[in-house]
Amino acid sequence: MQPAEELILKMADDALIMGHRNSEWTGLGPILEEDIALSSMAQDKIGHSYALYSILHDHFGHQEPDILAFQRTEKDFKCCHLAEFPIGEYDFTLARHFLFDHAEFLRYELLIQSSFEPLARLAKKIHGELKYHVLHANSWLVRLGRGTDESHARMQSALNAAYPLSSGIFEATPFEQQLTDEKVFAGEKQLQALWEEKIRPLIEQSGLQLPVVRDVSSGMGGRNGYHTEHLQPLLNEMSEVFRMEENIEW
Amino acid sequence: MNSIIISAEEILSSLSEVMDPEIPALSIVDLGIIEDVLIEDECVTVKMLPTFTACPAIKMMQQQVREKVLSLGFENVNVIIDDSVAWNSDRITEEGKIKLEKFGLGIPNRHGGEFSLFEIEHSKCPHCSSEDTTMNSLFGSTLCRSIHFCFSCRQSFERFKPL
Repeated sequence: MQPAEELILKMADDALIMGHRNSEWTGLGPILEEDIALSSMAQDKIGHSYALYSILHDHFGHQEPDILAFQRTEKDFKCCHLAEFPIGEYDFTLARHFLFDHAEFLRYELLIQSSFEPLARLAKKIHGELKYHVLHANSWLVRLGRGTDESHARMQSALNAAYPLSSGIFEATPFEQQLTDEKVFAGEKQLQALWEEKIRPLIEQSGLQLPVVRDVSSGMGGRNGYHTEHLQPLLNEMSEVFRMEENIEW
Repeated sequence: MNSIIISAEEILSSLSEVMDPEIPALSIVDLGIIEDVLIEDECVTVKMLPTFTACPAIKMMQQQVREKVLSLGFENVNVIIDDSVAWNSDRITEEGKIKLEKFGLGIPNRHGGEFSLFEIEHSKCPHCSSEDTTMNSLFGSTLCRSIHFCFSCRQSFERFKPL
């Protein structure tokens, strides 16, 4: 695999899996506006994964986006553990949404400068769309962090659960140096530093504490194809209709 | 082949009869998604831009554009999705914005590429033109809309998001 190819694959898998997780709130959102918000973000993210898989198809000889999304095995997926976790209660969904989307937003911001043109062009477009995702996440973090005692306590405990997993977003791959040298991407280390700088004040403004990570290996493995027990059932469900009639024209 | 010679400008003006399936008051020309129309050796190429990456209407619009150009008498028509240019809401024409307001949607302000939270939250009411409004939700009934409320006429309204 080439460095850019590996980068795009993990981004696409993250977007697809997060999109699918978001879509699990469709029809179940706590209020109508939130149902619509999570469903809209699901649509955005699955659209982003489609655009990324299309780059893999057009430039790196991969199969069609639908095949990549629905016919690969668990081991072929490179999504991070944070994205795989079940939606849980709405507090966990919001905490993950906050941590994940800020990382994605900053990643695309860096990629606008990418030397790999097709990715730079797509990054410019997706970055504008993700602005709405991070604003949504921020507004709930503040509202619940500064809400009642119960909402504060629940937001803090959700953050405590989701935060250690977020290290896995930035899990290094063997291509980091090459990506930086070739100016394709500034690298996971720099992204993580920017992300920490961005989320710390937002967490503080919400009256919440930044959790302490005790186990540095938590959330790691996804980028190498090692996943939690939550991914396979999700893949089964996601591809159920596709597998019923594989060569059908939609 | 049609014996009447049709120019690229005439093709473009006929495309203003193709409507956005999600906002039927707005044509795809008003929306600013037609990047170029080229005629070469009786072959027409139309370049289109998607609005949101995940816009579900783009395939349908692509097909409608193709049918419209075929109906003008051309036999060789290519409608391609051009990703070299990113669409943004500044591309909506002034006429398009008037149509959006008549349709009952708030309009995105011109932002020149960068837009702030303030611009996202503040929309003029399409019903009474009041600026005394608030945003209720960043996401609306389609990807390109947000939900707002007007304190002057006490009506809820949707807005075409700045992007």
